[in-house]
Amino acid sequence: MTDVLAVADHRRGELRDVSYELITAGHALADDTGGDLHVAVVSGTVDEFAEKCNREGVNVIHTIEYGKEFDHGVYTQAIVQLADELDPQYVLLPNSVNGLDYAPAVASRLDVPIVTDAIGLENDGETLVATREMYGGKVETMTELKEPAVATLRGAEWPAAERTGDATVEAFDVDIDEDALGTTVNGFEEVASGDVDISEADVLVSVGRGIEEEDNLEIIHKLADALGATVSSSRPIVDNGWLPKNRQVGQSGKVVTPDVYIAIGISGAVQHVAGMKGSDTIVAINTDPNAPIIDIADYAIHDDLFDVVPELIELVK
Amino acid sequence: MKVLVTAKEVATVENEFEIEEMAIADRYLGADLNEWDDYAVEEAVQLKEADIAAEVVTVTIGPDDCEQTIRQALAKGADRAIRVWDDTLEEATLLDVGAKTELLAAVVEDEEPDLVLTGVQSDDDSFGATGVSLAEAVDYEWAAVVNHLEHDLKDGGASIRRELEGGVEELTDVSLPAVLTIQTGINEPRYASLRGIRQAQRKELSVQDLAALGVDESAVDSALELTAMYEPESQSDVMLWEGSPEETAGELAELLREKGVAQ
Repeated sequence: MTDVLAVADHRRGELRDVSYELITAGHALADDTGGDLHVAVVSGTVDEFAEKCNREGVNVIHTIEYGKEFDHGVYTQAIVQLADELDPQYVLLPNSVNGLDYAPAVASRLDVPIVTDAIGLENDGETLVATREMYGGKVETMTELKEPAVATLRGAEWPAAERTGDATVEAFDVDIDEDALGTTVNGFEEVASGDVDISEADVLVSVGRGIEEEDNLEIIHKLADALGATVSSSRPIVDNGWLPKNRQVGQSGKVVTPDVYIAIGISGAVQHVAGMKGSDTIVAINTDPNAPIIDIADYAIHDDLFDVVPELIELVK
Repeated sequence: MKVLVTAKEVATVENEFEIEEMAIADRYLGADLNEWDDYAVEEAVQLKEADIAAEVVTVTIGPDDCEQTIRQALAKGADRAIRVWDDTLEEATLLDVGAKTELLAAVVEDEEPDLVLTGVQSDDDSFGATGVSLAEAVDYEWAAVVNHLEHDLKDGGASIRRELEGGVEELTDVSLPAVLTIQTGINEPRYASLRGIRQAQRKELSVQDLAALGVDESAVDSALELTAMYEPESQSDVMLWEGSPEETAGELAELLREKGVAQ
């Protein structure tokens, strides 16, 4: 019981990046434990996914052909049956929306603990040490676990495994109890489309919770007008209904890569950063000198946006 | 039908703080209703207002200090509240997903709700796993990261939307009883009215210890042990502009001119 089992993530026919990152993390962890790395691909075009998952460090890829898209009931039953056969020490799953929709159930059925949203993993032979964040990223913690476990891994924390490997591919026959599937997926809908495509913008003036009130958005629009820029935002602004969904930058919104990204009153939660870290030049205006956005910004002003932005409008209009 | 909502009081942290041993020093901490749970409470209260839910009950794991936060949920329209606490919990340093699941499962088994709403995650420990784990423990169906719930629940089922990454939503039917983990933005949480706050004082808030729930003390033993807490090392090579707003805005304006953004 030293093996590691990692489960790929895919949607609408595409293998998601976190699958390759799980292979990198799983490879390192299997090196620590002295076991093999197994990868499972469940549902969809499993043979095609298996070929893509054949990266260095992977020993065996298990294909589980059942249905087209993610269904948490199918995934839970399939991974539990596979884990029962392989008896791995650790099961690694993506900390994606779908990962969180089945990982806790897998842990529960395997009767092992779960540690979620890990950004680092190490094993010294008997103890798993997971690095995690708490309080919205304000602190990092080390969490130890002396048992086999399920761990979900945050995306973009490990590099993607790139080199082709020599894994064997084995089809795994599952016995899915269809009566136990209590959900039916009816389809998907794109919701972030609209008249403005922020992913095409060269300059984004992006606003976050620091703006405090809807009426205060006026100065953001004024600044964007003065710069010929497009207005975007972090999640809370869209949650409040102050801007439409197609303006949201981040994991559940749009990924943007403008020449200049001005983050105003945005602290920089990991979900937001995932959507804008590819910007060429990042400027942050924030009262909190420890805000995570500062870590990825090229330029920063620690001051009140209500003092700085009006001055800036005067200077550039 | 009966709706049970988890309502956690989370610690809020000031911008500047110090860590003492394995925790943020108390003097830098405030307390508030977990943001995701606020949306879950609102969704439950709206189900009641739509005459779908007959009763909305909140459940909180926490010491007596958090009763003010529980009263917030009651003031917003929940009918009654359950608080789970005792000395064993007082001594626990970290309640992991497994421990929280056992406690909440005992409450679900007592209350037998048709629908359980939890926040997607809590703002402090951010496990994001308790809702689905709870569903599995009590043999309910579930859906994680729900950002839309059709309020005309069909017989024995609910139509929901799950918010996936990249602006895509999944349309799913879930059979009841179920646990749904609620994403922010699903609704607009209300402020408690003065009348609501007055009424909340008279609503039932029962405190249950482990014995009352029939949960063994060992349930609180966490498989996870916190061994270090520190401020993340900054790898930033940010150019920090200092000075008055006029000066810093001037620096930024200059940069924008260099980039060809401003005249």
